Amino acid sequence: MRKRLVSMAAGLAFTGLSQVVLANGWNMPVGVTDVSREIHSLHMIIFWICVVIGVVVFGAMFYSLFRYRRSQGAKATQFHEHTTVEIIWTIIPLLILVGMAVPATATLKNMYDASEADLDVMVTGQQWRWRYEYMGEEVSFLSNLATPRAQIDGSDAKDDTYLLEVDEPLVLPTGRKVRLLLTSDDVIHSWWVPDLAVKQDAVPGFVNENWVRINEPGIYRGQCAELCGRNHGFMPVVVKAVEPEQFDTWLAQRKEAAAQEAMGVDREWSREELMERGEQVYGTICASCHQPDGSGNPPAFPALAGNQTLMDDRERHIDTVVNGVSGSAMPAFRSTLNPVEVAAVITYERNAWGNETGDVIQPSAIAEQLSD
Amino acid sequence: MASHLPPKPTAQYEETAGGGLAAGAPHAPRGMMRWLLTTNHKEIGTLYLIFSLTMFFIGGIFAMVIRAELFQPGLQLVQPEFFNQMTTMHGLIMVFGAVMPAFVGLANWMVPLQIGAPDMALPRLNNFSFWLLPVAFLMLLSTLVMPGGAPDFGWTFYAPLSTTYAPPSTTFFIFSLHLAGISSILGAINIIATILNLRAPGMRMMDMPLFVWTWLITAFLLIAVMPVLAGVITMMLLDINFGTSFFNAAGGGDPVLFQHLFWFFGHPEVYIMILPAFGIVSVIIPTFARKRLFGYASMVYATASIAILSFLVWAHHMFVVGLPLVAELFFMYSTMLIAVPTGVKVFNWITTLFRGSISFEPPMLFALAFVVLFTIGGFSGLMLAISPADFQYHDTYFVVAHFHYVLVPGAVFAIMAGVYYWLPKWTGHYPHLRLSQWHFWLSVIGVNLTFFPMHFAGLAGMPRRIPDYALQFADFNMVTSLGAFLFGASQLLFVAVVILCIRGGEKAPARAWEGGEDLEWSVPSPAPLHTFETPPDFKPQQH
Repeated sequence: MRKRLVSMAAGLAFTGLSQVVLANGWNMPVGVTDVSREIHSLHMIIFWICVVIGVVVFGAMFYSLFRYRRSQGAKATQFHEHTTVEIIWTIIPLLILVGMAVPATATLKNMYDASEADLDVMVTGQQWRWRYEYMGEEVSFLSNLATPRAQIDGSDAKDDTYLLEVDEPLVLPTGRKVRLLLTSDDVIHSWWVPDLAVKQDAVPGFVNENWVRINEPGIYRGQCAELCGRNHGFMPVVVKAVEPEQFDTWLAQRKEAAAQEAMGVDREWSREELMERGEQVYGTICASCHQPDGSGNPPAFPALAGNQTLMDDRERHIDTVVNGVSGSAMPAFRSTLNPVEVAAVITYERNAWGNETGDVIQPSAIAEQLSD
Repeated sequence: MASHLPPKPTAQYEETAGGGLAAGAPHAPRGMMRWLLTTNHKEIGTLYLIFSLTMFFIGGIFAMVIRAELFQPGLQLVQPEFFNQMTTMHGLIMVFGAVMPAFVGLANWMVPLQIGAPDMALPRLNNFSFWLLPVAFLMLLSTLVMPGGAPDFGWTFYAPLSTTYAPPSTTFFIFSLHLAGISSILGAINIIATILNLRAPGMRMMDMPLFVWTWLITAFLLIAVMPVLAGVITMMLLDINFGTSFFNAAGGGDPVLFQHLFWFFGHPEVYIMILPAFGIVSVIIPTFARKRLFGYASMVYATASIAILSFLVWAHHMFVVGLPLVAELFFMYSTMLIAVPTGVKVFNWITTLFRGSISFEPPMLFALAFVVLFTIGGFSGLMLAISPADFQYHDTYFVVAHFHYVLVPGAVFAIMAGVYYWLPKWTGHYPHLRLSQWHFWLSVIGVNLTFFPMHFAGLAGMPRRIPDYALQFADFNMVTSLGAFLFGASQLLFVAVVILCIRGGEKAPARAWEGGEDLEWSVPSPAPLHTFETPPDFKPQQH
């Protein structure tokens, strides 16, 4: 009777413990795609196989340690070889491994089949943000960390989505097969959303392929998974999955807005307009390296405030922003920013933090330069 | 093989005894010069071990900085760029400065003693190999005070983060790694020459203690892969300073090529850090089970199989880099295969315990903890080998948990087991029992508190190498940090044990452990400066 009680209690404790350990937040998420479910079940199968092997192996070990203690007068029995046993414990693990490899191979094949996608999205990693481009739709935007500085340095309370919030999430339709094409403008990044079970490196000079078909609408959060420099920890990925109809409306709106922006290039912009827009662009794009007050972080990231070389040479300033500086961390922004943004940010840099050059750069001038 | 032994070397110096002190020999240099010029395998072994312990503490301080910053979410103590320098330097110092030199130090001390050789085969080369290391690591550490800071791209230094986007100090990092690599290659050549040529008459290869066997195989691995490391860092050097584009996509180069080259070195490298550990555990467990090692021959074959397989699995570190499907499958299968010889080793250790007569002296405690905790690291390794699942595990704290389990309670515990096992032979005294036990238990608790929660943090989605994290990872990180502080502080006990043991303690006889059967237990404790000047009378056990 006592024995049964003990074994029942042990059983309950074990189930309780495994409930806690396997609960959400402790274990790999099941996720919201068929692939993520498959991977989760593979993970659990291997995990339990390891648990069983562990119980057997450690059981035998602790039995021996307890049973054959010298302090209890154990005498050693001399034997040191047994070919049959040795062959058996080579073969059995081999069979277990084959058993694991079969479902793993099937899942992997499925993951590698990115054919017949309904939508292509180009994902470009940049220090330290993501750029999303809906291929063939003329819609693209940057996605930056939206957690305020004050939360990071501890002067404000941290909210629930601390470090996992962006200014513009990647919006994807549910139920459609979305092909992700990943590359990078600078160093290697890795785009990862645990709930989608997609982790793929974004490598400069390569275009990698992965795909996702999301089953449930929702907001799914992840992070850059490959060390990519100073702000590697501050480069979240947020995916907003919406119903297909909602997605189509959203995409149409974005297309419209992009067209509007393109028209803005031709008109004359006032200094105030450019400064306002420039400050916003600077804050999302430039401040992570050159700092919000333009003080930079030399030697890798030069100061812009009081940078006489740049302030004396307006053409060089424009060239630096548009074409980058090869061999340094300064990327070319010609494909990332539109002419309005380039003009605005250069105007801002030339008139902020005591750089009083008084220059106003018009988007039309930049557009002309870009088309050369 | 015994018939090809070289002639017995003639003694060229005064014979002195007493724990490696050459005092009294009029022509022997004294003070600093003695250590600078020594060609004695025991003195060089001691130098390696002291160097390794120093690096263990420096790398440990870096780890404490990392854990202090990660104690809570938010940036409190350091800036991200310094955090990245800390993770990078912690890894580099621990791998190249602490673990590898510790094994070379143990090999220097124990390989000649275990095979009945008077010294290493190439004593002057031995001196040179050691003294390269302090130079290399002083240079590496000096990058911390250079403009732009120390290397900040992780110990795996993936290009182009480590080339185009690297701090100016990277060139110094490359040079120091070159020096450390030369040191390793020369050390490996010396060990191979010693084992193949200087065994006691009558000792066949299959009579050698497993520590000797595992080191022989490790030395071949070192010679095979250190040149690959040298090649890849030279390509980096050219990219950084001479305008080439090996890894620069804008110039037609290939960042993924870097990873192939690095891991072709890197995966055998991780076995370089674990095979000698297998050897140490394989000599300690039989001693304290008072029973011969079970499956000696299969242990040797398993070690060799692991070494050979280590050349065929490198791309399992690159499952999400965009490999073609066939490559994913090949590297998944080959990686899973490693579980077979590794399993054989674990089964052999446990069968050695079975029906033995087991006692639990400090070296045995560490060896047993090694078997259990290394196996846990093996399980997570098996999980990581499953390529589809690795798409979730990759570059998360699950990986950090995995490799710390095989490196800390794996390699480091085995080194400590070896130190406790051979301290009586080195110093003539037993280590203080109570302190050793305290050191062991605090280390075991600390190491598990540190690294076990990392599994959960990783599975829940925490990427590695981040200085700040989302709130759902806060509890795991707090436990990990507390565990790390406990583990770090406990290592001060280890230093206390070693210092006390050098200065005094219970006297040890030649055969310090009752079950010790190998040749080192036939020379007095402490071992005189020169041993086996006449080859010992070796009687092989029936394997």
